Amino acid sequence: MSSETEIVRTTTWSAGPGCHGGCGILAHVRDNKLVKIEGNPDHPWNRGRLCARVLAMTQYTHHPDRLRHPLKRVGARGEGKWEPISWEEAFDLIEMRMKAIRDEYGPESMLFNSGTGRDIYPWICMLAYAYGSPNVMFGLSGSACYGPRLAAVNTVQGDFAVFDAAQWFPDRYDDPRWRRPECMIIWGYNIHATCPDNLFGHWIIDLMKKGTKIITVDPRLSWFASRSKYHLALRPGTDAALAMGFLNVIIQEKLYDRKFAETWTNARHLIRTDTGCLLTEAELVDGGDSANYVVWDAASGRPVVWDSAAADYRGEAPESPMFSGTCDLELVQGEKVTCRTVWDTFCAEVEQYPPERVEEISGVSAEVVAEAARYYAKSGPAAIHWGVAVDMTPALTPLVQALSCLWALTGNLDVPGGNVIARLAFDVAPYALPGSDGAIRLKSGEQDKPRIGRDRYLPLDKFYWRCSTDLSLDQIFSEDPYPIKGMWIQTAGIMQGLGMDPKKWRSALEKLDFVVAVDLFHTPTTQYADVVLPATTFLEKDSFRSWWVPLQTINKAMNVEECLPDMEINFELARRFDPDFRFETLHDLYDDILKPSGLTFSELQQKDWAYPPEGSSSCPYLRHEKGLLRPDKKPGFRTPTGRFELYSTLREQWGLEPVPHHEEPPFTPVSRPDLAKDYPLILSTGRRSPAFFHSEHRNIPWLRDIDPDPVVEIHPNTAAEHGIGNGEWMWVENWMGRARFKAKLTPVVPQWMIMAAHGWWQPEKEAAEPSLFGMWKSNINQLLPMGHQGKDGVGSPIKHSMCRIYKAGPEEV
Amino acid sequence: MAEKQRYGLLIDYEYCTGCFTCQVACQQEYGWPAGMGGIRVNEIVQNLPKGKAYLTYFPFPTELCILCKPRVKKGLEPACVKHCMAECMTYGPIEKLAEKMAEKPRMVLWAPK
Ligand code: SF4
Ligand code: SF4
Ligand code: SF4
Repeated sequence: MSSETEIVRTTTWSAGPGCHGGCGILAHVRDNKLVKIEGNPDHPWNRGRLCARVLAMTQYTHHPDRLRHPLKRVGARGEGKWEPISWEEAFDLIEMRMKAIRDEYGPESMLFNSGTGRDIYPWICMLAYAYGSPNVMFGLSGSACYGPRLAAVNTVQGDFAVFDAAQWFPDRYDDPRWRRPECMIIWGYNIHATCPDNLFGHWIIDLMKKGTKIITVDPRLSWFASRSKYHLALRPGTDAALAMGFLNVIIQEKLYDRKFAETWTNARHLIRTDTGCLLTEAELVDGGDSANYVVWDAASGRPVVWDSAAADYRGEAPESPMFSGTCDLELVQGEKVTCRTVWDTFCAEVEQYPPERVEEISGVSAEVVAEAARYYAKSGPAAIHWGVAVDMTPALTPLVQALSCLWALTGNLDVPGGNVIARLAFDVAPYALPGSDGAIRLKSGEQDKPRIGRDRYLPLDKFYWRCSTDLSLDQIFSEDPYPIKGMWIQTAGIMQGLGMDPKKWRSALEKLDFVVAVDLFHTPTTQYADVVLPATTFLEKDSFRSWWVPLQTINKAMNVEECLPDMEINFELARRFDPDFRFETLHDLYDDILKPSGLTFSELQQKDWAYPPEGSSSCPYLRHEKGLLRPDKKPGFRTPTGRFELYSTLREQWGLEPVPHHEEPPFTPVSRPDLAKDYPLILSTGRRSPAFFHSEHRNIPWLRDIDPDPVVEIHPNTAAEHGIGNGEWMWVENWMGRARFKAKLTPVVPQWMIMAAHGWWQPEKEAAEPSLFGMWKSNINQLLPMGHQGKDGVGSPIKHSMCRIYKAGPEEV
Repeated sequence: MAEKQRYGLLIDYEYCTGCFTCQVACQQEYGWPAGMGGIRVNEIVQNLPKGKAYLTYFPFPTELCILCKPRVKKGLEPACVKHCMAECMTYGPIEKLAEKMAEKPRMVLWAPK
């Protein structure tokens, strides 16, 4: 008997396409089965379009390999032997084991491991915090994806910013407030393949059709690079030098927005030439505040105090505040010092990077650097948008500072068509992210104290409320200062995707007393769990999405056997772990988090989506002028000085370099000429495929057909030198290990570099060790290290290492 | 007897990003197994002088493309056209598409049926 097909309107996010979501879709469901998915033509986000990964959902939701019942391990870890158990048994077992760990070692002895930014992250925090552990860990070395970029931008700007495709307005490109960017720099980004970072990649193609010109910064000839006015094929890891080169040209040629620099940055604050540090009010007058800074009034020849908390001058504004130059002052103890301005200090650093030097470092010709910089600066408005390449280097913060300074100094910050400040819709913040505290929190500051890395890495204390992944891994082995006994793994493929040096992660997992994995399919990671719980796709859950705009709901369309949504799993356990847990149902919790929007979950469901209105802090433009960014409603930014900081006050306090600059990464031919002798090729990883989101989708037939094998892109000349033919199997090897790939001969990569696809395992192969779904053969992370995070704990060398290559023998393929 | 009106697909391959949406949209619509379907996306890397190159993607309608007759009858766009991420595919009478084709370079017109 066939029943009617029901069409359910919902929003994509996570399990399914794997992306950071936002597309409006129409799910056609009959008899609790997904029969088809179409894009919702009325949804302003995608206007009916959809990616291959959503269109393949019928093969995903009803896949024969989907986990459909909770499983308990019966063999040894990695042996692939399981026994189905009921949810009640699973919850009881987990409750008992995790409570035993908490009783004996304390709640911080459990790590809660998450992957990329899914709508599950808040609920992992909810579970960890209900249990009492502050150790929520994003499993990448140096947490090197997005969060650090957010934190770094927040450090100098107080809010994040993204390119402007009129995504803030329901009528999008027709909204009269919006302007098309004349130029866009796409920095290390293949956004259209996967839509990371809460943006729809093909918006950039919309802009290009409307006339936006592109500058691409990418060692590969990407699709964007092919269609760019300038393609800057830099050596991986030299991004900061290039950004500094842009600043150099823009400042030398006076192409910057002087008015913005004077009014909205801390350019005029004074720096002591003797100490090289900012002059504070405390040094100048008795009882002065060390958080206040000083500006020199050239007209009166006197210092004027900048009241940081008020984001304004103390008293009368100076008549002629010095922007560039030096002045002599007498300090409170009578000491005489000479000061110069932040602007001069900033420019002195920028002067270190003339295009010729940038060419030496990055390999991009000086002429092209200068031309591209000029083109960007002269285009108005212009936007920069960047990908994860920016995070995947240890000195990511100085790089992000340089890029932020570019959009700020060219007058492109929060202007139509520029880099627009991105706030969570209606400031609905489920969990803590750089820039928002979040509704879901630990009960007390005390509970946060043992968070791993918090005391050592100050950005983790101020902006990024996760534990340090690298230090956590070390601590599993060292047990110092306290032992780690268990791990909860959810939305994360620590073995096959997220973890660098997966052999080390395997040893770590083997050492733990209790491991739970929540996933939709068995993966190499689940093989190391004691209990595996079956989660759902976005079609099988109620949730919501506030990441940037609009605010929208995810609506349950169906269910698959015993699978439970991640948040329901975590909700049940949170109630068991926390006697004070105050919510009866998930919807109560959603209503509570959605409060700032003035809507309940079901009201929002009725509306489908809601756009923040003009005048709210999550609606552009020029919010720093309108006083919409700061809690005190004063004009300015949410930084310590209330200004965009060309010289970072926080970085100065943290003992880190306050101005942007380039640092050579740890494993390059420049930093390690000794290694270059044996490993002459640059190894870069992680180019995106439209078929996959990281390590997902290898088991979806329509998608695997698109990208069937782990490939290495290699230049035909390089391949010829090594006697490797197109489609032949080859090894990529360095001092850490090796992995096997199919050679794809293509001139899109330079001759000196290979690009290895990431996240590869083969679900069709044996699950048990030593195969572990073929992962030990094809996981490139075996050549990449843990423990090389940046000085501030974030960023790591994932996109640039070194290797040698050779053809695989016939017995090895 | 009047010639039967023929329809086709106009592709603006300057903007085709190789997202593979068309390929999978067709497979979903008609339930084709992996490896089969009405359209296949190809990657073409053209070598250019001075060591340069240009990357193009390019969807090719196969023997299995039926120009979405069942959908079109219902007044819907073909599945591939509707979902194309770059909005670079147009369906219509071939004469109309040929006119459109004259407006810009890097276009290809397929008339599979
Ligand atoms: S990858 Fe892009 S197109 Fe696909 S669901 Fe996510 S946001 Fe939508
Ligand atoms: S027109 Fe229809 S049948 Fe032809 S390729 Fe597109 S979706 Fe398939
Ligand atoms: S859907 Fe459009 S953009 Fe994507 S591959 Fe097909 S033609 Fe190209």
